[in-house]
Amino acid sequence: MNAVSEETKLSCRHVWKVYAGDATPYFKSEVDGANAAELSARMREDGAIPAAVDVSFDVHVGEIFVIMGLSGSGKSTMVRCLSRLVEPTHGEILLDGEDLLKKSDRELIDIRRHNMGMVFQNFGLMPHLSVFDNIAFPLSLQGVPMAEQVERVRRVIELVGLEGRETSYPTELSGGQQQRVGIARSLAVEPELWFLDEPFSALDPLIRRQMQDEFLRIQKTLQKSIVFITHDFLEALKIADRMMIMRDGMVVQVGSPAELIVNPADDYVAEFTEDVPLVRVLKATDVLDPEQAPTAEMPQRDCQCSVEELLSLLSTHREGIAAMRDGSPIGVVTAASVITALAHAERGDEEEAAMLEEVSN
Amino acid sequence: MSRFRAIDWAWLGLIAMTLVLLALRDSATWLIKYPDEWVVPITPWLNVFMDWCVDNFGPFFRAFSAALDVPMSAVRDLLNWLPWSVTLALLTYVSYVVSGWRLALFTFLAILYMVVIGYWSESMNSLALVAISVPLAVAIGFGLGTLSFYSKRAERIIGPTMDLLQTVPAFAYLLPILLLFGFGPVVGLIASVLYAFPPTVRNTMLGLSRVPAEVIEAGLMAGATPRQLFWRVRTPTALRQILLGVNQTTMAAFSMVIIASIIGGTADIGWEVLSTMRKAQFGESLLAGIVIALMAMVMDRITAAAAIAEPGEPKINQGFVARHRFLILFTAVGLGVALLSQFLSFLVDYPEVWQIYPAQILNDGVNYLVVEHAATINLIKSWAFFFVMLPVKMGFEQTITPYSWGFEFSGALKLLYAIAAVGLTLWAAFRRGLSRAILIAFCATLLFFGLTRLPWPALLAMATLLSWQLGGTRLALGTLAGLGFLVLAGVWPQTLLSIYLCGLAVLLSFVIGVALGVLASEFDGVSAFLRPINDTLQTMPLFVILIPFVMIFKIGEFTALLAIMAYAIVPAIRYAEHGLRSVSDTVIEAATAIGCTRWQMLWRVKLPLALPVMMLGLNQTIMYGIAMLVIAALVGTNGLGQRVYIGLGDGDFGVGMVAGIGMAIIAIIADRLTQAWSRKRQTELGIDVEQ
Repeated sequence: MNAVSEETKLSCRHVWKVYAGDATPYFKSEVDGANAAELSARMREDGAIPAAVDVSFDVHVGEIFVIMGLSGSGKSTMVRCLSRLVEPTHGEILLDGEDLLKKSDRELIDIRRHNMGMVFQNFGLMPHLSVFDNIAFPLSLQGVPMAEQVERVRRVIELVGLEGRETSYPTELSGGQQQRVGIARSLAVEPELWFLDEPFSALDPLIRRQMQDEFLRIQKTLQKSIVFITHDFLEALKIADRMMIMRDGMVVQVGSPAELIVNPADDYVAEFTEDVPLVRVLKATDVLDPEQAPTAEMPQRDCQCSVEELLSLLSTHREGIAAMRDGSPIGVVTAASVITALAHAERGDEEEAAMLEEVSN
Repeated sequence: MSRFRAIDWAWLGLIAMTLVLLALRDSATWLIKYPDEWVVPITPWLNVFMDWCVDNFGPFFRAFSAALDVPMSAVRDLLNWLPWSVTLALLTYVSYVVSGWRLALFTFLAILYMVVIGYWSESMNSLALVAISVPLAVAIGFGLGTLSFYSKRAERIIGPTMDLLQTVPAFAYLLPILLLFGFGPVVGLIASVLYAFPPTVRNTMLGLSRVPAEVIEAGLMAGATPRQLFWRVRTPTALRQILLGVNQTTMAAFSMVIIASIIGGTADIGWEVLSTMRKAQFGESLLAGIVIALMAMVMDRITAAAAIAEPGEPKINQGFVARHRFLILFTAVGLGVALLSQFLSFLVDYPEVWQIYPAQILNDGVNYLVVEHAATINLIKSWAFFFVMLPVKMGFEQTITPYSWGFEFSGALKLLYAIAAVGLTLWAAFRRGLSRAILIAFCATLLFFGLTRLPWPALLAMATLLSWQLGGTRLALGTLAGLGFLVLAGVWPQTLLSIYLCGLAVLLSFVIGVALGVLASEFDGVSAFLRPINDTLQTMPLFVILIPFVMIFKIGEFTALLAIMAYAIVPAIRYAEHGLRSVSDTVIEAATAIGCTRWQMLWRVKLPLALPVMMLGLNQTIMYGIAMLVIAALVGTNGLGQRVYIGLGDGDFGVGMVAGIGMAIIAIIADRLTQAWSRKRQTELGIDVEQ
């Protein structure tokens, strides 16, 4: 849905976070992916807590990368490692190719001031500052002149739709509005990298949906590189370009939402996907038949369109719908191709169940 | 009948041992009165140590004192030089800004009272001390609070030191300061700083540790340097809590400034109260006391309002005038009134003929009352004395005489008493469980012989056993060591007198206080009526509470008892009401659904569940009682409080210090015991009470 380039913004290589008295002995010998699970189990036996275990992933420029996991899965630790709010125990974090973990305190402050923004679950607003002062806070720390502060704050306030609330205090705002302030504050410094730690989890379901839509709208205009944390699988599906599922500090699977649903890596992922309405998640690009050539009579739709949106159109156009990318057709969606894709996804579950049964026997 | 546990046997054994020791008391007098020859000479040692300190460091402290005197005199001169109308206008304006016109009106009237009654310069002298000591105490408190927030090691040192500074009675501070820093108002200043800084430390630590993690992370992500994180994120977020600390610090500082005037020579309002009280000019003393009470209330309201005030209109790109509106208006009001006072001279010097000083009328009124109702007053006094106070102190054995009770406590009556006591104990043992039987046996013994005539080894053993039962080995050892110190230092008789007076006052105020608390929790009207009274009693410097009681009942132990009760009853009421009102709603609903009557609900549901909170109330009642005990020594009590005065009067460091430490020991033991009991009940009930 966004123009995602292949260029890497942020890269996480074998990152570990271990809560222990002294974790260095564990990393004396070279750690590779193969024995990571084993090492993590050994740490637990020793009473240490491995909160992130050998985590590796890339975030591309302009991409929404979602880290999804239940509480205690290490997702919040992970996003804090990326900004060094939590110091990783081991590994590399490359921002534009430079290792963030090697930066001095001074350099880190500078990076946070200009290149990163972060939104928090419970907003993290300063209770003693007005909406305006909260949003201007990062700018005023940098010593940006007042006139420029006013101008930049006005811009982000417009972006998040908070006009007229500048002089309110956080306690006078609803949860949704408070999070708008949080979002505006994180955007005021115009960062390229945007971290959102469960930004909508503290909000009511209705407000949450509305905020998700607005978040997508904002991202459409800003094209930031985003790491988005959530425990809500459906939210992840709705928002993610690519997502990563974590469990017990370990990466379970990385891929696009459709990939995860069609090919869940294990039972754990499959369990999340079980109740997902496939037609809503799968997109034209996931169900099209690339062999078939579109004809001129066929209606044309963008390949990022959800299957749900195509269904009614399909009922009137039995011959199929042309799926387009950047103005040129890449294949045809037909009733048959949709059914094949859906059946494949369902069968995937069954096949796996059958295999498991075999193994256990 | 419940099964016997080891602890019950131990208690029975102890009571039996007490009775045996009492039987032996005529042949072995050392059991009752700890012999002078056995006293460890702690007092002289302390004096030698103090002399050494004064000889070696005296000049240093004197120099420090001289340096402090400069700003203090400056503020005092400034406040005395300012026309009263200017001070009045400025304080009224500040009250208006922090709270609104109600507080402004109150401040205006309170300060006007000081002018009209003619205590202006005395009030300003006291205010000057507070004005210097509060900023100092807040600065020290904020610094130490920040230090102990960042460093666990610092916290381990600062925490216990603060506990000690606040449990040692205020008067005991004055003595070493007096000896080190020399005579003069600086003593009051230093004592008040030392006494007043701990609340700021506590609240600073609390405030800083309560800043949400996300707010700090947000600050870090905004790119705050460590300095910016502290001054622009942590401190402002914690500010409200810190300001609550400032409020408490101000009140403590003021109360110490008043207490310190006992040294004299300061010409402040506390001295006015004290000297008139000594001359039995109660009308004058009351009028000056009201000044103190009003000052306390004004300071309390202003600082409390500043702490909870909402942030003002935010400043977005405002001009110079808008940003400094408060300062500009403050200056304008000050200058305006000052200018006006150039033309209207009564705004500078309030004419004496306009003063209203109804002291004589008050005196006459009180005299009339006392003379007219002398019979009633004496009846109350003697009844309380013979039937309540003396039995606890000296026991029925000594109290019951034809003169007091109207009959002889003959052998037959004593036998009857013993039979009744044993019978009641046995009945309780079989019907109500052994713990209650033990309690009854103890009370019967206590009332017969009197607290001060019980053998000290038995009392020591009982206190230790109780500590062990409630708090384990450590507490038991602490209790034994603390009380042992008092015995060895030779102040055991005074300790018992203090425990007797304070214990009786605490017991009575707790019973009455809980009863009032129950009423307040059941009837909103009672609650609304009691709240302002409690607030007032709590902000009042302790001195002032004495005045009305002395006016009517003259000096003596009974007056002291009433004064202690008046102050110590406040937490008993508050905690009882709070505990009863905070019983969980689901429990109440469940009980209602089962069909509890209002009475059953109170007795069988709310009271048992509110008990741990009430225990905390008892804890506070004891602490308040002990604090007031020292002050009450002013109106004639014998005990540790009196010893503190003797030490202060004679400049005898050892005597005063041993007594001061003794009171701290009693306070700490009582504190730990009630806390341990409350914790025990909480774990049993599975509830968690915030302190």
